Amino acid sequence: MSLALDLALCGLILCVALGAVVGRGVFRSVIFFITYGLLLAIGWARLGAKDVALAEAAIGAGLTGVLLLTAHGRLRRMSVERAPRVGPNPMAATTGIAVALALGWAWFALPAPTAPDLAAALPLTGMGNPVTGVLLHFRAWDTLLESIVLLAALLGVWMLARDVDWHAPLGLRYHARPGGVLASFGRLLPPIGLSFGSYLVWAGADGTGGAFQGGTVLAAVVLVAMMAGVLPPPRVAQGGLRAALVVGPGVFLLSGLLAVALGMGFLTLPPAVAKPATLIIEVALTVSIAVTLAVLVIGPPDDKEPVR
Amino acid sequence: MVTDLATYALTGLGLVFFWAGTIGLIRFPDTFSRLHALTKADNLGLGFIALGLAFQADGWATLAMLALIWMLALLAAGTVAQLVARAALSPPEEDEE
Amino acid sequence: MSLTVFAMTGASLVGLGIYGLLALPQLLRRIISFNLIGSGLFLFLGAAGARGEAVDAVPQALIITGIVVALAASALAVGLVVALARRSGLVVLPDEANPR
Repeated sequence: MSLALDLALCGLILCVALGAVVGRGVFRSVIFFITYGLLLAIGWARLGAKDVALAEAAIGAGLTGVLLLTAHGRLRRMSVERAPRVGPNPMAATTGIAVALALGWAWFALPAPTAPDLAAALPLTGMGNPVTGVLLHFRAWDTLLESIVLLAALLGVWMLARDVDWHAPLGLRYHARPGGVLASFGRLLPPIGLSFGSYLVWAGADGTGGAFQGGTVLAAVVLVAMMAGVLPPPRVAQGGLRAALVVGPGVFLLSGLLAVALGMGFLTLPPAVAKPATLIIEVALTVSIAVTLAVLVIGPPDDKEPVR
Repeated sequence: MVTDLATYALTGLGLVFFWAGTIGLIRFPDTFSRLHALTKADNLGLGFIALGLAFQADGWATLAMLALIWMLALLAAGTVAQLVARAALSPPEEDEE
Repeated sequence: MSLTVFAMTGASLVGLGIYGLLALPQLLRRIISFNLIGSGLFLFLGAAGARGEAVDAVPQALIITGIVVALAASALAVGLVVALARRSGLVVLPDEANPR
């Protein structure tokens, strides 16, 4: 029964992905991609990876969807020249099929899993959720560098702003009718979203959730509030914005250096203080992730092209 | 046993509404009637499914979460339907690449 | 058995994404295809990590990292596409545009 469910789910995922690649029209392609992300999140839940399911639904489908829809709208208003219609491409099809077959072969050639026993090491971290333990302890280097990659991507996006726009508020100007449906939604959603996002971070220590999932929910709240005109978009030079962007990587880095000063390895947390220290790092990371993701999605400062 | 039967009946009923909503989405001629099918039938369907699952809940916390999920879906669907309807009033975009 | 189904789905998604990346000239579609490759690989990795007795947390943590980095890369790519469109009026790479 569960195999039938998985087969049906995977079939749906593939059909929707096919729609995103070969479907007519870019708008349709984006919608198919969002649907694909949501179905994939169900697939992750079926695999027992609930943290990944949350991340995929919130980031893969949600934020990426907003990003692509906004981009499609901007390109359409710019009256750009259309892309040429193309027929099937046998070379590309052969390459794609070859890589898929090679990966399929690799699956059956994989050696049997010999995972080190994480359960034995987990108490050292003070975390009940092994994924959070791995993210913030055993692979803390990855997570630290990832938060810096986010910042680097944001700098890249900002560098694309025109000089005349540099001091303008970030993103496009959105006009929501005061008292309209969107404006009311923008006031109703933030309290719920803030509670839920904070809960996800808090729960991530022992259950499903974590800094990335919670931060994404908070980023979504910020986006909705900006699009509904409840929250004015920040400017590049605003001190508070810059502080929020660097507090996460900054606290993480400082804690790592502190460990070095105390004679331990870089990014090592002694088990005695592991739990409170992790909580502080996680809260700082959440703030930075939420703000960085939100401003990444709204894009560089842009004074033209008002959007209704 | 009785609770299992209630779950089967209510989620089954929910699926019927989802089925009807999907038929409407595919068969109705314009954006407004499609929105009508989607928001009304599907939200009712989701409500029945949540109600059916409530019989399997092991505590008040789960019940509260099911109710919260349904209410958030209602709120989002209602808002999005309004926004899509307003966007549909402006001239339709052509199928472009 | 279910794990094999998910792994094969992941492999097919990678193939599909590579097709889109090579065959589709419209740049937003290429970004979508690029994301399909990424999530297909994640699915493959996740299925491989679920083969033991319990789901392995290390691949899960790597995948969450990967999903966030994929969004950052997509945001940068979208920014570049919009900037290109503003400068040249093109939504495809200049040497793939219609001959004028």
